[in-house]
Amino acid sequence: MTINESFTHPLTEHEKTSPTSSDATTAKLRVENLNFFYGKTQALKDISLDVPANRVTAFIGPSGCGKSTLLRCFNRIHDLYAGPRSEGRIFLDGQDINARSVDANLIRARIGMVFQKPTPFPMSVFDNIAFGVKLYERLSSHAMQERVEWALRKAALWDEVKDKLKYSGQALSGGQQQRLCIARTIAAKPDVILLDEPTSALDPISTGYIEDLVNELKQDYTLMIVTHNMQQAARISDYTAFMYLGELVEHGETTQIFTKPTQRKTEDYITGRFG
Amino acid sequence: MHVSTKRLASSRFAFPGASDKEIRILKRNALIDRAFERSTQAFALAVLLLLGAILVSLCVSSWDTLSAHAVDFLTGDRWAANMEMFGALPAIYGTLVTSLIAVAIAVPVSFGIAIFLTEKCPEILRRPLGITVELLAGIPSIIYGMWGVEMLAPFLNHIFPDLFPAGSGLATAGLVLAIMIIPFITAISRDVMLTVPPITRESAYGLGCTTWEVVRGVIFPTVRHGMMGGVVLGLGRALGETMAVTFVIGNNLFFHPTITGQGTSIAALIANQFPEADGAQRSALLALGLVLFLITFAVLATARYMLNRIERRAA
Repeated sequence: MTINESFTHPLTEHEKTSPTSSDATTAKLRVENLNFFYGKTQALKDISLDVPANRVTAFIGPSGCGKSTLLRCFNRIHDLYAGPRSEGRIFLDGQDINARSVDANLIRARIGMVFQKPTPFPMSVFDNIAFGVKLYERLSSHAMQERVEWALRKAALWDEVKDKLKYSGQALSGGQQQRLCIARTIAAKPDVILLDEPTSALDPISTGYIEDLVNELKQDYTLMIVTHNMQQAARISDYTAFMYLGELVEHGETTQIFTKPTQRKTEDYITGRFG
Repeated sequence: MHVSTKRLASSRFAFPGASDKEIRILKRNALIDRAFERSTQAFALAVLLLLGAILVSLCVSSWDTLSAHAVDFLTGDRWAANMEMFGALPAIYGTLVTSLIAVAIAVPVSFGIAIFLTEKCPEILRRPLGITVELLAGIPSIIYGMWGVEMLAPFLNHIFPDLFPAGSGLATAGLVLAIMIIPFITAISRDVMLTVPPITRESAYGLGCTTWEVVRGVIFPTVRHGMMGGVVLGLGRALGETMAVTFVIGNNLFFHPTITGQGTSIAALIANQFPEADGAQRSALLALGLVLFLITFAVLATARYMLNRIERRAA
């Protein structure tokens, strides 16, 4: 199957490695010379980066450094607004996601996103999960029930909500709502999951659940997480990217970044000298 | 009032260590706060009082008609003042039909405009379009009436001569009403749709939804309460609209179960006859006013009941 074909068939369980790349550790996502502008303000400056498959990559840096902006480039959420524009390229499995022939909706189905705040939709717990699945798949009601249960189990939420599937998703607690949103994202079976400060509105226990979850999910997915919490980045990520004022200062294995950073700025930031 | 202030003064302000000056200021603030509370309460109660007073005075002045022939009044199929025949059916039928036509046309159009303005409209067009819609709401109804007579009625007659032999009629009035209530429903729908947090919208788009899927699956369910409010407001306006309707409805006072033919509405009938009515006719017209009042009230109550039921089922 060529890359182009795989893009016209979003529903087929697609191969983790494309036939052209024999190297199993090929980048899932590749960013090349990405510049990004909000009007005249440049938010990202010449970012180049490889994101390896089935690993967790954390983006850290002080507020306004562009890490959320970068994350939002991956699923083309910026397309919803008129002001922003970008230069440079982003590849998913070798395919330019901003290419004219590529449908933004397909990219978003492939690259799921979880936001800072839980965003349950105004419908039941069950329908919250089924909503995303129904967009691209036609399942029998039995298969849909299985899928919903599967997603809720993956998100470590099943035991808490299995008797409340008909209740409104907005009636759950904050931590449960965020796991519901993760379950909703997983249920659509994306390749990549973007997490934009997913625990910033949550208590420590819920945060713990979600961190465990991220660890589990990397067996099946490629994850990217933006976080303000450096301990969190150190705990859950395999790779860490440090950004400052729109530039990617340093990027490498998490242990290396946190123990032997090569850049002075990185060291200053992770030791708490600024930010 | 005086006593309670005093009691307040003794209990709440007797805080150990509070200076005389502090106590004086606190007392004054408490008094102002109380006066503010009472006056807002008075305004709110005045609304209830006004409503009751209108209802009572309508009942009293239409008592002759209601007590003499209440059933005949509601079911009578003709209104012929010179023969002392006062049947409200043609007017009630006309009112309901024109309003339903108006809502049936205005709701999809208004929701469409609101969706375009909030989801798809290029930034440059958003403000001009929004302002245009609001300006539409500011056009006096008599202008809509004249336009209906001068342009719309002849146009309909020209295109569908069989359906609109005279041009004017219930459907013509419904069309004019639809145009009049579109700005209301549009403005309210747009405003409530904008209250959906961007992050909710983004997470729906983030799943790979198309605009229609986002609107139908996430935005409408979130704000359905407010949008229904807009529809009800539009319906209320359509039921009571007088001037424009009087121009184009045809003023046929005999009941005929038609959609496009000529008829009348409660408001149009009252406007046409009230200035020169006295005695039994005046009483009958006032009874008609009472009926309009009750219909509007019933529509609002039903809408609220239905909304509550939807809310309960969703919870």
